[in-house]
Amino acid sequence: MSAPDMGTTKTAHSDVTPKKKRGPGALATAYLVIYNVVMTAGWLVIAVGLVRAYLVRGSYHGLYFSIEKPLKFFQTGALLEILHCAVGIVPSSVVLTGFQVLSRVFLTWAVTHSVREVQSEDSVLLFVSAWTITEIIRYSFYTFSLLNHLPYLIKWARYTFFLVLYPMGVTGELLTIYAALPYVQKTGLYSVTLPNKYNFSFDYYTFLILTMVSYIPLFPQLYFHMMRQRKKVLAHVEEYKTE
Amino acid sequence: MICNYRKRLVENPIHFKWKMKFLVCEERSRTTTLCSLFSQGLVYNVFSEGKSLRDDDVLQNLPVGTTATLYFRDLGPQVGWTMVFLAEYFGPLFIYLLFYFRAPYIYSHQDAFTSSPHSVVTLACACHTCHYIKRLIETIFVHRFSHGTMPLRTIVRNCVYYWAFSAWLAFYINHPLYTPPSYGDMQVNYALAIFVLCELGNFSIHVALNNLKAEGGPKCRKFPHPTKNPFTWLFFFVSCPNYTYEVGAWASFSVMTQCLPVALFTFLAFIQMTIWAKGKHKTYSREFKDYPHLRMPIIPLLL
Repeated sequence: MSAPDMGTTKTAHSDVTPKKKRGPGALATAYLVIYNVVMTAGWLVIAVGLVRAYLVRGSYHGLYFSIEKPLKFFQTGALLEILHCAVGIVPSSVVLTGFQVLSRVFLTWAVTHSVREVQSEDSVLLFVSAWTITEIIRYSFYTFSLLNHLPYLIKWARYTFFLVLYPMGVTGELLTIYAALPYVQKTGLYSVTLPNKYNFSFDYYTFLILTMVSYIPLFPQLYFHMMRQRKKVLAHVEEYKTE
Repeated sequence: MICNYRKRLVENPIHFKWKMKFLVCEERSRTTTLCSLFSQGLVYNVFSEGKSLRDDDVLQNLPVGTTATLYFRDLGPQVGWTMVFLAEYFGPLFIYLLFYFRAPYIYSHQDAFTSSPHSVVTLACACHTCHYIKRLIETIFVHRFSHGTMPLRTIVRNCVYYWAFSAWLAFYINHPLYTPPSYGDMQVNYALAIFVLCELGNFSIHVALNNLKAEGGPKCRKFPHPTKNPFTWLFFFVSCPNYTYEVGAWASFSVMTQCLPVALFTFLAFIQMTIWAKGKHKTYSREFKDYPHLRMPIIPLLL
């Protein structure tokens, strides 16, 4: 699920109350700056790749193939963020960050990569572009925050763009999973049937349907949480500005 | 004076923080505890001067002057520990039996109310059922719980987890297409023996822990130690042998049924119990200066 800002609410808090938080050490900060710069650059590459492919082809269709490799590389690279939380150099919840990153990685590999037939769908472009814009803003936000020189524009963008990008991404993801369903059922992809030696079965088709259903309770919660964060962060800055 | 405040508290349930001031009268405050003042089936966290207070704190010993200001935080609907465990154990007991007798609508129509030709399936049902009956007996007769409670949300979440998991593993064990263990009766019998030993061990530890509470009394605290019962000799090596035996029982059940969902359940239970055991081990080590160094939290010599 493209909920990019959920796991970093504590970082958002740190913008509001900078005196209370003890940041990571100097070495950890340097590493995180490098990591975030690399990720920003990576997603910029994907963005440029999409635009170039559109200009060359002249149509929106089938753009996935031109950015397939960098998308897989940089989205999978985000798994490091779980490690950052586990080690403690990023003050976010491991579970929350893990959930976000794993859902992204799941969509990239277990749906889009695994089911070739959906790769030419327009819904893929929908979520890829939502992810791209979100991630560029998010990683540059972290970079500037770590360097203590956060431009208001980036903070504003991060807490405003999601209003459109998040529903856009979710729509793209759901449509893609929905498009993959018939092929999964036909080929029995990633499924195990009885009888077998270990008395276990798994139906990937049902699993995908349950995944889609899980968006119903989860998406509103995350979305409204972000809206509350937005009020808190942007309202506080306005107060500061009027002083 | 204090009675009026109690009446007000009952009539106006607190949904958020609330501040209350009252005069601390000299004579009554010497023995009056917070528990006697405010516990009327309403569960609160009580704070004074930023510090959370306990039920048995005596009013006079509070760091306040003649006027005390207490802050209350409503913890929401709660359930007592006994109810929690009864709900958590009756569910799996009943659900597994539904699957064993192949109640309608679980498997295909012609399989309803049939029974499996494999003896291991009946054995597994007996083991699972006895395991939960033993737990229920322990909850009712052996364990002595403190007055603590658990929030309603947590008990719902726990019940869903236990009930859903037992349904999932019962589904496969009692399935018409169930495959018996690869090494046949030898595998089943050895696993059964270990299962029974672990269940006896687990029960012995619970009895030993219970007697420890009895012999020490409420104030005198001792850490658990091996007794004449050989099953309690595991205390030489681990702080929480009840968890060790529990993991052993579920692991042997997995081997006995050769069922992957059971193994998965065992694995998750092992992770959770290791976390609990480590916490307990740390508490013991910190509280008792003469705590044995050889003991590990849950697995002898290893973890």
